[in-house]
Amino acid sequence: MHGFANPARFLRNARWLMPLCLGVGLGVAGLALIWGVMLAPAERLQGETVRIMYLHVPAAWLGMAGWMGIAGASLAELVWRHPLAAIAARACALPGTVFTAVCLLTGSLWGRPAWGTWWVWDGRLTSMLVLLFLYFGWIALSQASDSSAGAGENRAPAIFGLVGAVNVPIIHYSVIWWNSQHQPPSITLGKSAMSGDFLVPLLAAMLGFTLIFAGVVLARMRAILADQQAEARLRRKAFSQVEF
Amino acid sequence: MTLMKAKHQRLVLLVSALVVLVAAALLAAWALRNQASYFYVPSEIVAHPPEAGRAVRLGGMVEQGSLKTAADGVTIHFVVQDGQARVPVTFRGIVPSLFVEGSGVVAEGSMQAGGMFVADNLLAKHDENYVPREMQDMTREQAEKVMRETK
Repeated sequence: MHGFANPARFLRNARWLMPLCLGVGLGVAGLALIWGVMLAPAERLQGETVRIMYLHVPAAWLGMAGWMGIAGASLAELVWRHPLAAIAARACALPGTVFTAVCLLTGSLWGRPAWGTWWVWDGRLTSMLVLLFLYFGWIALSQASDSSAGAGENRAPAIFGLVGAVNVPIIHYSVIWWNSQHQPPSITLGKSAMSGDFLVPLLAAMLGFTLIFAGVVLARMRAILADQQAEARLRRKAFSQVEF
Repeated sequence: MTLMKAKHQRLVLLVSALVVLVAAALLAAWALRNQASYFYVPSEIVAHPPEAGRAVRLGGMVEQGSLKTAADGVTIHFVVQDGQARVPVTFRGIVPSLFVEGSGVVAEGSMQAGGMFVADNLLAKHDENYVPREMQDMTREQAEKVMRETK
């Protein structure tokens, strides 16, 4: 585990992994969106509006995956005191928030033609909105605790990250536990109620956006590490000037 | 005498805290299972009819062959069913484009004394099945057969 904990080794690997993830991800996601929007068929009942799915579903997946990233990093921070864990959690928060917001916006745009309404307060939509607010709260908390003197000593964001993870299975099971306006999952383990004409470009889009997400997380981790280095250097400089 | 390493202690503590937390969340979700539902299905409406005039939502499938347009052209009558019970519904207004027989619907409105559900608003529901438009003239069984064969 601590083989990856060394920030210097992490930075060496992130330097080539980040552009690889971003480049391949942008290519795959772009091609998948072109495929989904231009080439894939219209749906029997929904018609052309089904194409919003190729953005909506990857955004929903990554909004939830972003919080699972925060939770996993929080566990590594609390249990193993992994030096990069808090940084990884902070790096996951912003892209997770953006994808959650994209999911809610595209879902609203899709709901108007498909259901006849922009928004309903059913279990799925409400729990996804709660996820967005959890992200806002987590980012505020992590930034507030970041300025404390002993960097990495404040465990509050990690505890929040783990507790907030309870919402992720609630989002997933909301459409199974409760009658809801939102459809139940089309893709379950090893089964798909979706024709391959939709499924293949959708899975490609999910893969592409996931790689973009990974690239953004790596980029943000590098930026946070560089920030901390610069701040440490400035602090040393300031102290040495005080003494003379 | 086996003393656990500090990180193992933390792991055990955190995992047990998480198990308790998830159990609490599951219990809360279980307790909410009726209240958090977005609508009642016809069998619930028939078993426990809500008092006349109280605003409720009714969700289910529009029964095949039940959709009738009244003489005024804007009032429709149809039956919502869930395989166990049927509730007749009347609605006056513009229906969403996905509203068709054999498909899902959520009707907002209230029960009237005669057992008729009067809807003020209709929302269409689509299910988890996604079928290309080229297959739209087939029945669902035929379309699913084609899907299986082309997979």
